[in-house]
Order: sequence, then C-alpha cells, then structure tokens
Amino acid sequence: MTSLLKMTWVEAKLFLREPVTVLFTFALPLMILYVLGGVFGNEANPGSEGDMVVYGGYGPTNWYTPAYVGLAIASVAMIGVPAHLAEYRERGVLRRFRASSVARSMFLSSQLIVAVLISTIGSVLLLALAFPTTEVEGPESAALFLAAFVLGAICFSAFGILLGTVLPSARAAQSAGLLLWFLFMFVSGAGPPPEVLPGSLNTIGQYAPLTPVIRMLQEPWLSGEWAAGYSVAVLAIGVVSAGAAYFLFKWE
Amino acid sequence: MVASVISVDRLRKTYGTFVAVEDVSFEVEEGEIFGLLGPNGAGKTTSVECAQGLRVPDAGDISVLGLDPRTQGSQLRQLVGSQLQESALPGRLKVWEALDLFASLVPGGPDWREVMERWDLTGKASASFSSLSGGQRQRLLVALAVVNEPRVVFLDEMTTGLDPAARRATWQLIEAIRDGGATLVLVTHFMDEAEQLCDRLAIVDEGRVVATGSPQSLIAEHGGDLLIHFSTDRPDVSFLDAIESVHAVSRHGPHVTVAGHGPVLALVGAELVRNGIVPTDLRVQQSTLEDVFLRLTGHGLAE
Repeated sequence: MTSLLKMTWVEAKLFLREPVTVLFTFALPLMILYVLGGVFGNEANPGSEGDMVVYGGYGPTNWYTPAYVGLAIASVAMIGVPAHLAEYRERGVLRRFRASSVARSMFLSSQLIVAVLISTIGSVLLLALAFPTTEVEGPESAALFLAAFVLGAICFSAFGILLGTVLPSARAAQSAGLLLWFLFMFVSGAGPPPEVLPGSLNTIGQYAPLTPVIRMLQEPWLSGEWAAGYSVAVLAIGVVSAGAAYFLFKWE
Repeated sequence: MVASVISVDRLRKTYGTFVAVEDVSFEVEEGEIFGLLGPNGAGKTTSVECAQGLRVPDAGDISVLGLDPRTQGSQLRQLVGSQLQESALPGRLKVWEALDLFASLVPGGPDWREVMERWDLTGKASASFSSLSGGQRQRLLVALAVVNEPRVVFLDEMTTGLDPAARRATWQLIEAIRDGGATLVLVTHFMDEAEQLCDRLAIVDEGRVVATGSPQSLIAEHGGDLLIHFSTDRPDVSFLDAIESVHAVSRHGPHVTVAGHGPVLALVGAELVRNGIVPTDLRVQQSTLEDVFLRLTGHGLAE
C-alpha cells in the first residue's frame, strides 16, 4: 500500500515536471473551447420550420462544455498515458521496476490513479476558465455530472493504459494517440454538431469509445438525467480495457 | 561446508533460432563474489536474467536461495538486488525520490536516508537522474539494488562506459556490498575487473561455461608458464636448467627469460643468489585471465 502511494505520488510529480506534456494535455481542450466555442456562441437553435435542429436544441456552449471535459479526460488518457508507458518500456524503466519486484497490478493502478488525477486537474482548469469567459450555464445536476466524471475518467484512463500496453514504441504511441484524439473529437460530439456529420462519420462516432463518455457527461449537464445506457457502455469499456491491459502488459 | 545460494544446472535459452545460452552450469557460494566473464553476446546476461526469473529458460534447473525463479520469480525478486543492463530511471526522477520509492517496495529494510548517506549520494539528493554523471548514476543504481539489504545482488556490466577513476570507485562499492554480507554475481567482459574482484568465476563463451575456478587457480591451470626476466653479464646461466620447475631458458644478449611453473620464481631467485648473480631488474610476468581465455577459446575477449 505504501509503495502504491509512493509510486502514485512520484508518477504524478514526474508528469507535472514534463512541461511539454503538461502544456499539450491541458492546452488542447482549452484551445478547442475558445476556437469552437467562439465560433458557435450559446444561442440555442430551436429549429424553425425547415431548419435542422442541432445540439439537440441546447445552446452550443452548454452542449460543448461537458463535451470538452470529456476531451480533457481523453487528452490525458490518449496523448499522455500511452506515450508515457511506451517510453518507460523503451528506456528500460519498466525493466528496472520489475527487477525490483514492482507488482504489475500496483504499477498499473498507480498509472490509473495518476491519469484520473491529471484529468481532474485538466477538467477543473477548463471549467474554471469556461465559466467566467463564456456564456455557459452550470449543470442541471452537478452531483450526477460529478458521478459521470468520476466513472468516465476512471474507465477512459483504463482505455489509455490499454493503448500504452499494446502500442509498440513511444513514437507510435504518440502519433496514434494524437490521431485518435482528433478523430474521436470530431466524431464524438465534441467537434461539429453531430447532426451535420455525414452518415459514415456518425457510424464511426457510434463506435468510438469516447462517444459514450461524452454523452454520459452531457446528459446530467443538459437535462439533469443520468444516461444509463451510455454509463453501462463506459463501464464496459473500462472493465474490458483494464482486464486486457493487465493480461497484455509487457515489462519489455 | 559452505552452502550454495545459487545453483544453475545445464541452462539453455534460445530466442527463435538464435541460441543465447547453450549449456551453462555454475554454483555460487554464500558470501562470495562470483563472476561471469566472457565477451559480449556470450550468454552471460541471459543467464543471470533467467536466474532472476526475468526470462524463462528452455531447459535446465535453477535454484536461487532455495527458490525456483520460474515459478517463484516475484517472491525471489524481493530477496535479490539487481543492476540490469539497458535499464534506466525516469530522467526527471530525483535521487531521494528513487531511493524512497525503491525502499518502499520491500518493507523492513533500513531507512533509505542511511543508504543515501552510505553511498555518498546525500549531496545529490535533489538532483534528477538525467543530470547525474555516469559514475553517480552507477552509484545510485547500486544503492537501489541494495536498498533493501538483499542476500544476493546481481550486477550486470557495472563499469561499461565509465572512466578509469569511476571504475575504481565502483569496484570499491562492489567490495563494500560483499563486506556487508551479501553474495554477489558480477557479469563482466573486463578481464581486469574479474581478476581484481571475483573470488571465483566462470568463463563463458558462445553460450557455454568453458572453465570455473578462482582467478589464481584458472591462471595456474590454464595460463601457461610463468616468465621470469632479468639481465646479467655472466655468459653462462645453464645452472638454471637443472631446476626442476624450469621448462626453458632463453637469452638475448644480457636479457634472460626463464619459463617455468609452480615455485619457479623462488627457486630461480635462490639459485641466482647462490651463483653470485643479484640482478636489479628481476621481475616476473604472470599470465592473466586474458591468456587463460585465449587458450581456452582460441580467441580474445575483445572480439
């Protein structure tokens, strides 16, 4: 237990000591917030006759803000974590840990905890900037949103650890992570309004693992309801990812 | 009767069609520094990694501290310390953080601050791993390997890439670990390192152990003749041929070379004095492990 806490603490500090990673992880969702948010404003589109209803009839900023929290989770899980794990494997850090009897479950748990912690920092930062600088309105149900955040951050971080486990090199992990992040952003409801996406992209969106995370975060924010179906999907992604990462994990 | 803490019997390990270890057997006794000496690619590293349960051998039996590394690897790794080749720490990890973390992995060890003091790292406590010099890194990695006072310590190519002063300093560290009561397994391709540090060693070449013994016994057995050199104006030194352990006497002008074995140095010295020759440049040239290696394998260590 002590060693898990120490490993977690050390890994969290190490993350914060990497200025490039920190900047990338925290700045990407913010950049999207101001670029896209600035473009669309927060005027709800009720869909006058003949018009397409977009953002489910909600104000764009209200729609996007919880989605960007999902992006903050995803930037840690997909850009930060996989490259970090692959680099540790490449440089022989994992070899070193294993030889000193670091347990696989302990190491992976520490990675998960750190990813959730960093996601939390990123999300708090995002919301702290969004409220005073945009027209976003607060969540309908803050408690359900918080619960969705905790579930989403844990499960999607497990997905990031799985990526870091299967991607062969730090370079591969970095490129794949970035590419997937942008793809998922576009198709998961955090980019263009899902209503205007062509059918093929919507299909990809349906199966992108970030989509249920974002929907699960949006539902309590916009309507105050718990998105039961999406939360089951998120949980399934988390459990399958964690299990697969545990069994596929290689120290070298 | 000294108990053997490591026993490796007919170890074999292949990677695909490449045979890394053909047939390696050795025993390591409690409290000694045991060396695996051989050129790069001889199978030394693979052998010690199998002994730590980091790789699974294809055949052979290994026992370390009474445990089977194949099935009890994680239990075993709590009892041994290890400095691996091609391993590193996170670049921005600080010295004290590394010691604190590694000390927490196996409970019950000494306070890591004491370890930091003992290995002369206190002055560098807040320095990051990447800012350390080669010698300091080695000192930290050794400190991490022994932070939990393991009974067996594996050190793989400790001094590769170090300057001579740092190498000497590392040798002192290795002796200090042994003096602390641990058993050490030293993997090296440096002949002088093995000769200086090891109580016993196995010479490994192309996946096989070609000889095992103390450096002195290996040299005595496989090193060939002892050569004694001196100069004299006396034209006739044929009385030396009569000494039983002398094999050959050769001469180039005043320079005489006597080849022999066993107590030849003392006998030649006594005989010279008896005949009134007291050379000021009498010296003995011993074979080295390098010669032993060359004789046993037909090629040099550097290849």
